[in-house]
Parts: sequence; C-alpha cells; structure tokens
Amino acid sequence: MSPILTFRIALKALTANKLRTLLTMLGIIIGVGAVIAMLSIGSGARYMVEQRIQSLGTNAVFIWPGHRRGRNRGADGNEARLTVEDWQALEKLPEVAAAAPIVPTGGEIVYGNANWSCTIYGTTPVYIYQKDWPVASGRLFNDREIQSADNVAVIGEQVRKELFGSADPVGETIRIKNRPYKVIGLMTEMGVSGYGNKDNTVFVPYTTLMKKLQRTEYLRFLSLSAHSREEVKRLEKVAVDFLNQRHNIEDPDNGGFGAFNQAEATEAADKSTAIFTMLLGGIASISLVVGGIGIMNIMLVSVTERTREIGIRMAVGARGRDILAQFLVEAMVLSLLGGAAGILLGSGLARIIASFAGWPPIVSAGSVALAFGTSAGIGIFFGFYPAYAASKLDPIEALRHE
Amino acid sequence: MSLVELKNIRRVYRSAGGVEVQAVKGIDLVIEAGEFVAIMGPSGSGKSTTMNTLGCLDRPTSGSYLLDGQEVARMNRDEWARIRNQKLGFVFQGFNLLARTTALENVELPLLYQGVKSTKERKERALEALASVGLAERSHHVPSQMSGGEQQRVAIARALVTRPVLILADEPTGNLDTKTSDEVMELFESLHQQGQTIVLVTHEPDVALKCRRVILFRDGLIIGDGDPGEVLGTIAKGVIS
Repeated sequence: MSPILTFRIALKALTANKLRTLLTMLGIIIGVGAVIAMLSIGSGARYMVEQRIQSLGTNAVFIWPGHRRGRNRGADGNEARLTVEDWQALEKLPEVAAAAPIVPTGGEIVYGNANWSCTIYGTTPVYIYQKDWPVASGRLFNDREIQSADNVAVIGEQVRKELFGSADPVGETIRIKNRPYKVIGLMTEMGVSGYGNKDNTVFVPYTTLMKKLQRTEYLRFLSLSAHSREEVKRLEKVAVDFLNQRHNIEDPDNGGFGAFNQAEATEAADKSTAIFTMLLGGIASISLVVGGIGIMNIMLVSVTERTREIGIRMAVGARGRDILAQFLVEAMVLSLLGGAAGILLGSGLARIIASFAGWPPIVSAGSVALAFGTSAGIGIFFGFYPAYAASKLDPIEALRHE
Repeated sequence: MSLVELKNIRRVYRSAGGVEVQAVKGIDLVIEAGEFVAIMGPSGSGKSTTMNTLGCLDRPTSGSYLLDGQEVARMNRDEWARIRNQKLGFVFQGFNLLARTTALENVELPLLYQGVKSTKERKERALEALASVGLAERSHHVPSQMSGGEQQRVAIARALVTRPVLILADEPTGNLDTKTSDEVMELFESLHQQGQTIVLVTHEPDVALKCRRVILFRDGLIIGDGDPGEVLGTIAKGVIS
C-alpha cells in the first residue's frame, strides 16, 4: 500500500478518538516543550555570561603585585609594588597592544545637598577603550589633564542618577574629599554585572587620584590588552616574567606579580554554562522518554482494542507489513504532531522566560531539529513493538476477538 | 481444471496440555467454478476449519489445496494475504465492517491493499459494488446507521469489489431475521446466476435448501455431499433413527 494511503488510514484512526490522541500527544508536547525551553534558557544564560565577560574586554590581561599562592598566603612586607615606570616599560613591549594603570579608591561624592558613595578609579582613557565602553555625553580626560593632574571627573550612570536626577551633569562641579572636581563626561549605562556595579563609578586621571585623593606612589593594577584573543595567554606570561625580572623577584608565587585574563575566564564560563545547558536538557529529556512510554502504552491498548479491525484488514488482504506500517505511522504521527506542538509551546515558554530574565529568546534551529528528530525517533522506537505485535496477529484469532 | 481441489487435507490442533485433536481427518473436496455450495455440520465437525483452509487463513497439517490452479497450502503469510486480496471474498456472520467508517470506505478497503492508486478508480469500483447490492444511495452511511441486513450487504459488496473467483461466507444469515436473511440469500442467488462461485457455512436448512449443493461434515469427515434435498433428507433420517 502506498505511504500516502497508510498515512491517511493512520490519521483516520487518530481522529476517531480525539481525546485519547490529544492526551497521548500531551506527553510528547510537554517533553519537547521542556527540552526546547530548557535549551533556550541555557543559550540565554550563556549569552548573558558572554556579554558580561565581553564587557570586560576579552583581550585584556589584568596584572597585580603581591601575588601569593599555596603556603605563601599572608603578606610579609616584602612584596613587589607596581610603579608608573613599570607600566611605561611594559607598554613598550611588542606583545602589548595597550596598557592602562588602575588605582581604585572608595569615596563620597557631594553635589549640592546630595552625597553618594561610589568607587573612584584613577586611570587613563585607554582603560575605558579596552572595555569598549562609550561615553554618553561630554568627553574623557585628555593627556594634558592627566599630565597636570587636573580635578576632572567622568561619572557613571548611577552616580548621575543619585546626584543629578535626570539632569545633564556635564559642566557641573562635584566635590570629592572636599575638593571641587569638574564633571566633563557621563558614561553610558552598563548595568549590574558579575564583577560589580560599573555604573556606580567615577573616573579621574590616575595622576589626580595618586597625588590628591590617595597620596600614593604606586599603582594597584595594570590592564593590558593583547593584539588578539589567541595571544592573550602569551602576553600574560611575558608581562608577568618581565615584571618579576624587573623587580628581581626570586619566588614569583611569594609576592611576585599575578595575572588574570578574560579569555580563560570566558572559556571557563562557557564550559560551565554548557554543562548547565546539558543538565537542563537532560532533565527535560526524561519527560520526553516518559512521553514516549505514554505513546507505547496507548499503542498497545489500541492494538488490543482494534484486534478485530486488524483481523478484518488481514482478511481482505493486508499483509503483516501493511499492518506494521499502519501502526508505526500512527505512532509517528502522534509523536511528530506532539513534537510540533511542543516546539510551539517551548518557543512560547522561552519567550516568556526570556522576557523575565532579560535575555533574547534564543530558540536555535539546532534545538528545534533535535526535538523534532527525537520525537520522530521516539515514535519509531516506542511504536515499533506494538506495531510488530499487531502485524504478527493470527487473522482467525483476531476476527474472533470481541 | 476445477476451481477448488482439496486433497487429503488434515488438520491437527495441539492443545496447551499437549493433547492432539484432529479437527479434519483427511478430506477430499472438489468445487467447480460457478457452484453455489452450502457446508453444514454440527460444531466441532471440522467445517469451520475447512472454511479457514479454503480462505487461506489456516494452514492444514498436511494435504494439498489447489485454488484456481495454484498450490496455496504451503504459501507464506504474505502470499496468502495476496491470494485473499485478489482471489477470495469474505462474508462473516458478524458483518465485520470497520466502525466509524463509511460503507464506501469499507468497500474500498480491499482495493487499498490491492494497491489501486487512483482514488477515482477505487471510488467508482466501490460504488459499482454497492450498487450491485442495492446500497448505492447509502454509501456515506457508517455501519451504526444501518440495519443488520444492510450491513451484511455492504460486507458482500466488499467481498465482491475485487471480483474474486470465490466468495466464502461464514454463516452470513446467522445474525439476521428471516426476512433480511431471505434478502441476503436472494442476493447470493443472483450472484450465482451471474456465475459467481459461492461457498457458505450455515446451520439453517432453509438457507442450505437455497444452495445447489450441500456438503455435510461430521467428526472431521465429509459424510454427505450432493443435492440439498437429498443431503438434508439423510440428516432428517439420521435424526429420526
């Protein structure tokens, strides 16, 4: 018998008992829907993590002094200190694409009657370029302002909100540690990330911070960037070795220079979100298997219930393989229709979850294909035994069946 | 060449306890094309087994069955399905129509398994068969909307649609009242007039009298074969004596 006719017979049998067909499909609908939604949550989470890490600059290497490892924990006063000269020397290395000094401090910002605590970074515009962080209005400080340690500040969105409301802060004067600073720029909103609230930040020239706010001769960190993501690891090693040598450090693990790079953090985060996605998908697949068992159960019931029909079909000339095909196609139509409905349900769920979580609803073609393929596979796998049992019935016995 | 030639057919059933039961104990039977035959006999006499053998539904333990010149007793299941589809037509006591399926679709069923691809051709042939049993105008009714007599006529149309060489009817009037039973027998009679070979199993002498030949079974053997009046006469005598 032709496949189209087999398909039509299967469809007829399924529409003959609509409620049961729907309930059977529900198992697959929920299973496929869950898989699609879970994979979408995984993709969304991965997207968020990648966004976050990219905002730190994927080519960046962070350098700090006083690195200790293992039994060397605890400062003993002989660790290296990072100087402006170290930074300028490093900048000349061919492996370094750009380098920025970072000196952080906490402080209270006052504007009129309002005051607000935030993190103050002394740095150069290079650091902000490395983060690929745009200015919303105004500008960053220039070389001249850095050279003469001017009282200029670029503020983050949250600081603006707390002190100025919705007004434009550029050109206003704020006070930090009782000295007036001119606001020359406002950063765009970055949102809360895994590494702190970036919007609650004020940037001033590193010279200003070192001379006027903290009175220190040392830098706290260096932010280096490599020429490409592939060179990040090499840069990390070159920079650390260079600094350790420069400071005559004998034991790098005891007060030497440490480094941290975003590329590795990205990889680690990708790996953990991949595991997270697999875990979610795995849990959801269990419901898919349960749905498949539901199909098998109903198909077995259906074969028993329709034994007489099978006998009639055999009497008028259906071969075993015709009966097998009929029931197999029935199971597959069940699971494929269920799968299609499940994909719709899953996509809807993904959309809803995404709108709550604030990530784009990612339903990849891959996960849809996977879900569809799996439901077809379930139809064949769980439909085969009942169909085979039906095809092996004895027509005489089947016709006698009440 | 005869249409049906059974030679020394034996059928032994082995029960679960290992006891062997001989349902048919070596029968020979020849049926010519165009015959209208009734098979009678008490239950357990082997008539149902013989019908199943004729219908390529049950494999005899030994013996040969030539149908339309072909040895079919040793064919496999698929070949049997093809023989049933192309050469045989079945009519059952319980009608055995597919529920929730229209008369037309029920009659089309054998054509589907025959692989008649054209929907138009299937429909035309099914309608033609329904018309020949006088049910053309009821083609879109489902079995539950029809009387027993109508359902049986749909079943006969289904048996006829493939133009089989042999129609096998297993107690076709068993579930019908006298009037509809007569109607069904008139239908068989008219098919017989058109040259259709028909073999039916019945318990009712009235039905058997309407056939041209009666074969009487008892204890797995044929004990009477011939003119309905004569054979039924021997039954009557047996009952009296």
